[in-house]
Amino acid sequence: MSRVLPTLAKARAPLASAVAQRRVLARVPLARGFDRALADAGLFPLSTRQIEVLQLNLGKRCNQTCGHCHVDAGPDRTEVMSRPVLEAALAFLERGGIPTVDITGGAPELHPDFRELVTRASGLGRHVMHRCNLTAILLPNYADIPALLAAHAVEVVASLPYFQARETDRQRGEGVFAESLEALRRLNRLGYGQGRGLVLNLVTNPVGTFLPGEQRALEARWKQQMQARYGIVFDRLFTITNMPISRFLDFLERQGRTEEYLGRLVAAFNPAAAAGVMCRTTLSVGWDGTLYDCDFNQMLELPVSAPAPRTIFDATREALEGRGIATGPHCYGCTAGAGSSCGGAIA
Amino acid sequence: MSESSPPAGSSSRPSYYHHHDLGRFGEIARGAPALAEKFFDYYAAVFAEGALSAREKSLIALAVAHTVQCPYCIDAYSKDALEKGSNLDEMTEAVHVAAAIRGGASLVHGVQMLNHVDDLGM
Repeated sequence: MSRVLPTLAKARAPLASAVAQRRVLARVPLARGFDRALADAGLFPLSTRQIEVLQLNLGKRCNQTCGHCHVDAGPDRTEVMSRPVLEAALAFLERGGIPTVDITGGAPELHPDFRELVTRASGLGRHVMHRCNLTAILLPNYADIPALLAAHAVEVVASLPYFQARETDRQRGEGVFAESLEALRRLNRLGYGQGRGLVLNLVTNPVGTFLPGEQRALEARWKQQMQARYGIVFDRLFTITNMPISRFLDFLERQGRTEEYLGRLVAAFNPAAAAGVMCRTTLSVGWDGTLYDCDFNQMLELPVSAPAPRTIFDATREALEGRGIATGPHCYGCTAGAGSSCGGAIA
Repeated sequence: MSESSPPAGSSSRPSYYHHHDLGRFGEIARGAPALAEKFFDYYAAVFAEGALSAREKSLIALAVAHTVQCPYCIDAYSKDALEKGSNLDEMTEAVHVAAAIRGGASLVHGVQMLNHVDDLGM
């Protein structure tokens, strides 16, 4: 890869700060506040149900610096989940009987204990998901990762904004598309995406300030295009809306389009998507063990609301289930149109 | 965004076209609301998935938008085509289709010119 940009943190950009991001979002005039939209849909206050997914963010280290990254991840970030936090997360996974663990980052495979985490979570009989940027598994010290994932039947959720180089590289860096194809071919050779139990899902997000299209129609076209152009197969295509925080917010601010983009999200508010948002069934754990309702709240440093336990060390299902969800204008990103989640469209 | 929409009814608009007006399309129902309702119902039905996919219809709309040179439509269908998963190559080819038909429409009338030249000549 020839383009790895400095992160907002490295560049000491004002929007590297979560507080500054929240301030910018709070200043945007909206036709209707998010809580008002929830109330109009009969969903206020939004609260959680049973925890079905424990999402672990292993840290902000990544080999890429994608233009839309909500984590502001990159090679210059040093935040990584400590061993005690990892152990506490595994203990909660076991005692809480949470069925799924969703491993994200940064590029989570760059974490020194990633292999052990996958092995132990799988050993507990949990469904393990790996959010994969596709290029990290090509790095020399990580070439064993695909076989490890296959051995434990880990579901791979791989980011690929578009089925062409021009669009993908504009968002993710020069040469990323070609490397992503190589990684997908390796995964296909291991049996991923062939409909035989090794699940390979792709995630697309718009390369720009527009909303994602209808997931099912896009999936059909992507399957045809990926097969015909590159001989690559996969299971599902998930569409994800660009979240107006961190680097994408920085982009919007530089373009002077924050209000326009937020306005589009607000206008596209969908009560059915709001009812099914993933934060209702997810518990997100930060690299330092702090608990959040979702990965986006994590990046905005909006922890779970009191009186729920604040860290993984104190986590119990009883104390966390049914808690009120911390919301803000950014939540419109998950409720616009067909909705958006780590599992794609909602409604 | 610092730019704000001029007040409705303002006589001091900087130009005939203002991009905020695209979002006000629905206000056309202020007069003849029944006709507006029929139009928008029809419009939605036209662009629904059918024998042609919604993506294909969006590309046709983009081409027609260039033929009728409607800035609102070009704005709306550039965005819509991207959201439907089309890419710049496909969108540009659609605009070339519009240009080819438009240019061809002029050129094919050259046959009428030839007819006249033939009629007038010796």
